[in-house]
Amino acid sequence: MGILIYGTINSVALALMALGFALVYGISRLPNFGHGALYVVTGFITWSFFRGLGVNYLLSILLSMIIIGIVGALIYQFILIRVRGMATSEIIASYAIGVAILEGLRWGGFKGMTYTLPAFFEGSIDISGIPVDFHRIIVVGAGAGVVVFLWLFTHHTRIGLALRGMAQDERAALMLGIDSDFMAVVAMGLGSALAGLAAVLLLPLGNIVVESGYNVLILAIAVCIVGGLGSWMGAVIAAFLIGFAQILTVVYLGSHFQMVVALLAIILTLILRPSGLFGRQKELEERV
Amino acid sequence: MEERRKERLDRGIKIRTDKIYALMSWRELSYLTLPRLVLIVGVLILPFVVPSMYWQRVISIVCIYALLALSFDFLAHFVGLVSLGGAFYIGIGGYLAAILNTSAGLPPIITIPIATLIGAAICTLLLLPCLPLRGVYFAIVTLMYPLLAARIIEALDILGGTDGIMGVESFSNNWTEQYFILFMTLMFLFGLRRLVNMDIGLVFRAVKDNDQAVRASGINITLYKAIAVFIASGVGCLAGACLVHIYMWSGISLFALDFSILPIAATVIGGAGTLVGPLLGCFILVPISELLREFGTLRIVFYSLILVAFIVFRSEGIMVYGQRKYHQFERWVKI
Repeated sequence: MGILIYGTINSVALALMALGFALVYGISRLPNFGHGALYVVTGFITWSFFRGLGVNYLLSILLSMIIIGIVGALIYQFILIRVRGMATSEIIASYAIGVAILEGLRWGGFKGMTYTLPAFFEGSIDISGIPVDFHRIIVVGAGAGVVVFLWLFTHHTRIGLALRGMAQDERAALMLGIDSDFMAVVAMGLGSALAGLAAVLLLPLGNIVVESGYNVLILAIAVCIVGGLGSWMGAVIAAFLIGFAQILTVVYLGSHFQMVVALLAIILTLILRPSGLFGRQKELEERV
Repeated sequence: MEERRKERLDRGIKIRTDKIYALMSWRELSYLTLPRLVLIVGVLILPFVVPSMYWQRVISIVCIYALLALSFDFLAHFVGLVSLGGAFYIGIGGYLAAILNTSAGLPPIITIPIATLIGAAICTLLLLPCLPLRGVYFAIVTLMYPLLAARIIEALDILGGTDGIMGVESFSNNWTEQYFILFMTLMFLFGLRRLVNMDIGLVFRAVKDNDQAVRASGINITLYKAIAVFIASGVGCLAGACLVHIYMWSGISLFALDFSILPIAATVIGGAGTLVGPLLGCFILVPISELLREFGTLRIVFYSLILVAFIVFRSEGIMVYGQRKYHQFERWVKI
């Protein structure tokens, strides 16, 4: 039962980390390797607002999500858009930006155990004998909420539909008057805001440390690759696969193996089935 | 106002062409050999001109990175496999050399060649399943290999775990270390330049440009990719083995990001696809990064930003620019 509960929580956490990455890749075909950096930066921005300036917690969360969304959009608009379509350059450039941000934070003194965010609600509840704190339940609820919100957003709003149109066929979308560059910027902003949302939801569970940026990136890539790059439902299902696999290995092997599972999942998926479990791309495109 | 444009003409002096060519004079001969001589002599006298032991050590490190950058440049721009996992080669070569040295008691002169060959074989075997992947997918999977290797060593607590393997023998003296690595760097630089101009290099470039066409010609592309990976990872493993003997220590940090990012930055700055460029890039970047050492991780920020700037603004790199200026006449002509 404990495995089931904590597996679910872990899976939702993974899905939250990965959704931003999946969204950006799905729409503008940009493998955003700076995702982890955006995640960590949001944590520090929220911390600065809340602890440094003493702003209300909810307000500082909202503000930092808006800020990170704008930052992501600006990064795309001024830097990454120039290498659009050149996949390898996109990876190297976005990864270098991410590394620059993370190592810059480390240099700026944001390291150690002193940076924490409080849980939304203290206390815990017993679910069939296993104590689960409220915050983790909120994480699960928020994760489900985000998935539903994204579904509604992409199916029932103009911008959402335009984004989906672009994801399906960029040329056709261009012909119908959708500004694909602008949409890519919007997608990047939205993806960054999602990374920020994941950060403010998940960081109260531990410390804000720079290293987690790299881990979040790896986990996000693992989820997206197993689920199939560009497939959002695939990402959610893959998050559950990896989430439970991680919890099982932690229970039966030891906590050191948590990242090994994710990395092995990436490598094995790419070797055996590069388009992922639910990828819609043709196999020939990525395999010779 | 009359309009003008810049006209560029090739100087007709080349070392290798597909047509008949003849060197007519000492002037032409020196035109061709001078840049190469300057490079070789410059590199070889470098250990004498640097001020201190510390900077001699820096030269060795420069060469380690240069070897890695060479292997990246070769694999990415002549075979079309963008490998972001330079740290993996370093780690495999380094750990092999350390194990051979500490457990079997072999001297560096034996461990380095063995580590190079066996390391290259191991890397090729491990990367073999990924070879059919292209572009982004190969880049992602190779980026994950060193991370996975480090985590596995950490999790299983094998090979010294997080402490690493201590007490690896160093080179017999400072000068052997310097000249061995410098000589290896030059040898692989000119060796690879030669290789990409031979028939096999032609196949490599064809695989890069259009692999389906190569396959349609009845050539096994996986075999050729495997050969290329073997060569490139061998160069990387050599660098790793030397590094371990310099530091007298082998640990998880051999799989660190530095070894994956800096060679790429050096390649982009020096000029991609020239093979000399990466060497030049390392001679620029590594000393700067040493000077910035007291600023801690700021140096990683610094070369990440340089990398972004060069990639995004599509700069051609120092070597490509230099070669164009050296090999071409430029003049303004009226339109």
